[in-house]
Amino acid sequence: MTDRRRGAKRPGRRLNQGRAPIALLAPSLLGLAFLTLPVIGLLVRTPWRDLTAELSGTDTWTALRLSLECATAATGVSIVLGVPLAWLLARTEMPGRGIARALVAVPLVLPPVVGGMALLLVFGRSGILGEYLDRWFGITLPFSTAGVIMAESFVALPFLVISVEAALYGLDPALEEAAATSGAGRWQIFRWITLPNLLPAIAAGAVLSWARALGEFGATITFAGDFPGTTQTMPLAVYLAFQTDPQSAIVLSLVLLAVSVTLLALLRDRLFTRV
Amino acid sequence: MPTVNRSSRHRPAAALAVLALAGAALAGCSSSSSAGASATGSASGSSQALSGTITVFAAASLQKTFTELANTFEKEHPGTTVKFSFGGSDTLAAQITEGAPADVFASANQSTMQTVEKAGDTAGDPTVFVKNTLEIAVAPGDPKNIETLSDLTKAGTKVALCAQTVPCGSAAVKALAAAKVSLTPVTYETDVTSALTKVELGEVDAALVYHSDIVGAGGKVDGVVFSTASGAVNSYPIDVLKGSTNATLAQAFVAYILSSSSEQVLLKAGFQAP
Repeated sequence: MTDRRRGAKRPGRRLNQGRAPIALLAPSLLGLAFLTLPVIGLLVRTPWRDLTAELSGTDTWTALRLSLECATAATGVSIVLGVPLAWLLARTEMPGRGIARALVAVPLVLPPVVGGMALLLVFGRSGILGEYLDRWFGITLPFSTAGVIMAESFVALPFLVISVEAALYGLDPALEEAAATSGAGRWQIFRWITLPNLLPAIAAGAVLSWARALGEFGATITFAGDFPGTTQTMPLAVYLAFQTDPQSAIVLSLVLLAVSVTLLALLRDRLFTRV
Repeated sequence: MPTVNRSSRHRPAAALAVLALAGAALAGCSSSSSAGASATGSASGSSQALSGTITVFAAASLQKTFTELANTFEKEHPGTTVKFSFGGSDTLAAQITEGAPADVFASANQSTMQTVEKAGDTAGDPTVFVKNTLEIAVAPGDPKNIETLSDLTKAGTKVALCAQTVPCGSAAVKALAAAKVSLTPVTYETDVTSALTKVELGEVDAALVYHSDIVGAGGKVDGVVFSTASGAVNSYPIDVLKGSTNATLAQAFVAYILSSSSEQVLLKAGFQAP
């Protein structure tokens, strides 16, 4: 994400003058239109007059609250697991690091439905691990809110790892080396030198993870199923509403859009101006 | 999921132009469903020179039989291709009314077909070609001893139902109400096949699905007949759609589905005669 105010201070300023060549302008505007038109279409077709009536259903707010809670929890999981994982990939000579790095990226390229199916085969009630979770501890993850958080974490974690890992490579090694020569251990270096410097990257990765988790559909409906209040997040509610009542699906989409855009705008102002 | 071309009636022309451009740029990726059907030779006469491609939107519960029937149809009429989009009848109906390029619609109940009919998207009168009855799908051998609908409410019994928006879900609501059973499932699945899959995988103990789904599962699940099932029988209508770009082939396919040889295939798969 570029910041125009900062860009203006850079030496390449003179490059920004003059008219944009048509070869760049035409496709860029087409790209912009392509990205914004569906959203505009949503706004055009919104039944503004019936908005309050459509929004009065308690199911909407239940789904929205569940969506926000689960996305936030999944972001928390991503930070707790993702920061150490990024450190492991960037700062150690662990054998098979290349393979591990490729595996981290798998959820990015995997269709979410496939991810959900894979989660079901491992953590489902008769899954490879799930069978024992169920038999020994009585824990069943599918059809539970924990299952939603798992499915969302599965797709969101890579965003955090990749963001933090890139920041680790960009960190000035002199800082950590200076600490090491002063006799600091690896944990101390991480805790007092690396981590504070990583905070902006962790924040940026967390926003990406949160946004990805909030929009999660395929893995959730496959792994966690669909039940109002427990596993029915906003994207699932939108999908189901679209089958019978496109009007109310549009309203639900609008709510989700408004909430996520507002939150991202607020976070962006706080997080990215200092990056 | 098929590529859905949303109806663009209400959009300004400028937006349309941009969309068309973007669409042209993306044309390589989208599966053009009926573009190959441009020159339908059969328009010239009544002879059965069928050719081209049609897209059939059909209820998820028809997947096995329709795929089989279409293979035979294509063999009998070389040069024809029948493409399918299977899903929950309501999703398909919504896609059709929003302008999805479909030639034939086969729905799992009459109310979804009526939605399409009311929107003015059907070309003729929908004809019921089979019926289907609900049954309780359980793991092979019925380890939880489920005999009736009320057994589904026992503590610790996990049940999957279809969402009420899909035909199997609305039929389930009727059957449960008739039996005076109030049941809280763990999930409302978006179509009957995903409800069945959850039983096959052992994620739930039971699901209310169609008899034909249990026959189609071939021993991976057992079926338990319940008394109020007769009150929740779904009729499956089929019709050619108004937006069809190859109406001749679409008509021929519908006629083929309504033929007695197709009925034999459908009956063998667990459906009932209309």
